[in-house]
Amino acid sequence: MMNCEQATQLLSVGMERKLKLKEQAELKMHLLICSGCRQFGQQVQQLRTIIRATKDSSDKPEEKK
Amino acid sequence: MTDDFLQVSEREVGELRQQMLAFTRLQLANDFAAEDIVQEALAGALKNAASFTRQANLKTWVFAILKHKITDHLRRQYREPQQDSLDECKNCGHSDDQIFNNELFDDRGHWHADAKPQRWGDADRMVHDEQFWRVFDTCLAGLPPEQGRVFMMREFIELDSDEICAALQLSTSNLHVLLYRARLRLRECLEDSWVKAGEKRS
Repeated sequence: MMNCEQATQLLSVGMERKLKLKEQAELKMHLLICSGCRQFGQQVQQLRTIIRATKDSSDKPEEKK
Repeated sequence: MTDDFLQVSEREVGELRQQMLAFTRLQLANDFAAEDIVQEALAGALKNAASFTRQANLKTWVFAILKHKITDHLRRQYREPQQDSLDECKNCGHSDDQIFNNELFDDRGHWHADAKPQRWGDADRMVHDEQFWRVFDTCLAGLPPEQGRVFMMREFIELDSDEICAALQLSTSNLHVLLYRARLRLRECLEDSWVKAGEKRS
């Protein structure tokens, strides 16, 4: 059974490459029973989203309100 | 508009320059290249001052220019790899990282109760929260340098894995380890310094 350390590693690696089917299945099983790792997964995605959101707005400096 | 820009004092430009340098150095091991890039970005910003609309935006705007300059520099490096590499982190396993992991996970690899990730607020609110970005800067600066560097190359500049590996002469698996460690630390720091501190405030 996968532990949280391994699950968080896979959640991070999954942002860099497509996970293998076996990895996906084991991760899914773990996330079903672990709210901490579910939060971790959401948060690292959230960081990516908000960092890119600031960039998108600063990429259009000429835009006027 | 140009007038707005001219109202920025020398002191403010000086401060901005320092922040830009710190940010650039995080991503380039070469200090001389960092100075050059910051200089170019500032000059470019002043030249195009007319397209700058609000003083409050000065920092984001100048950083947008800076980011493009850094991306160009890293892309050039990607085509002609320099010695400017992360060779020193061959195995990338700091003993500090092990200690940090022991603070997060027990010996079976499960979260310690006090380290278990909590629910964060919604993303929209965070994007516009200045306090959050101040905490973010502090947390980012607190990462081991090579971790902060690959994290920003990946998430902010949005280089892909191959480009980062080539620019830093790093293997893909080492890059993935560095990114994982960066995310682990950054997330923990943000939760401690922003989410939990916010709960105490309110």
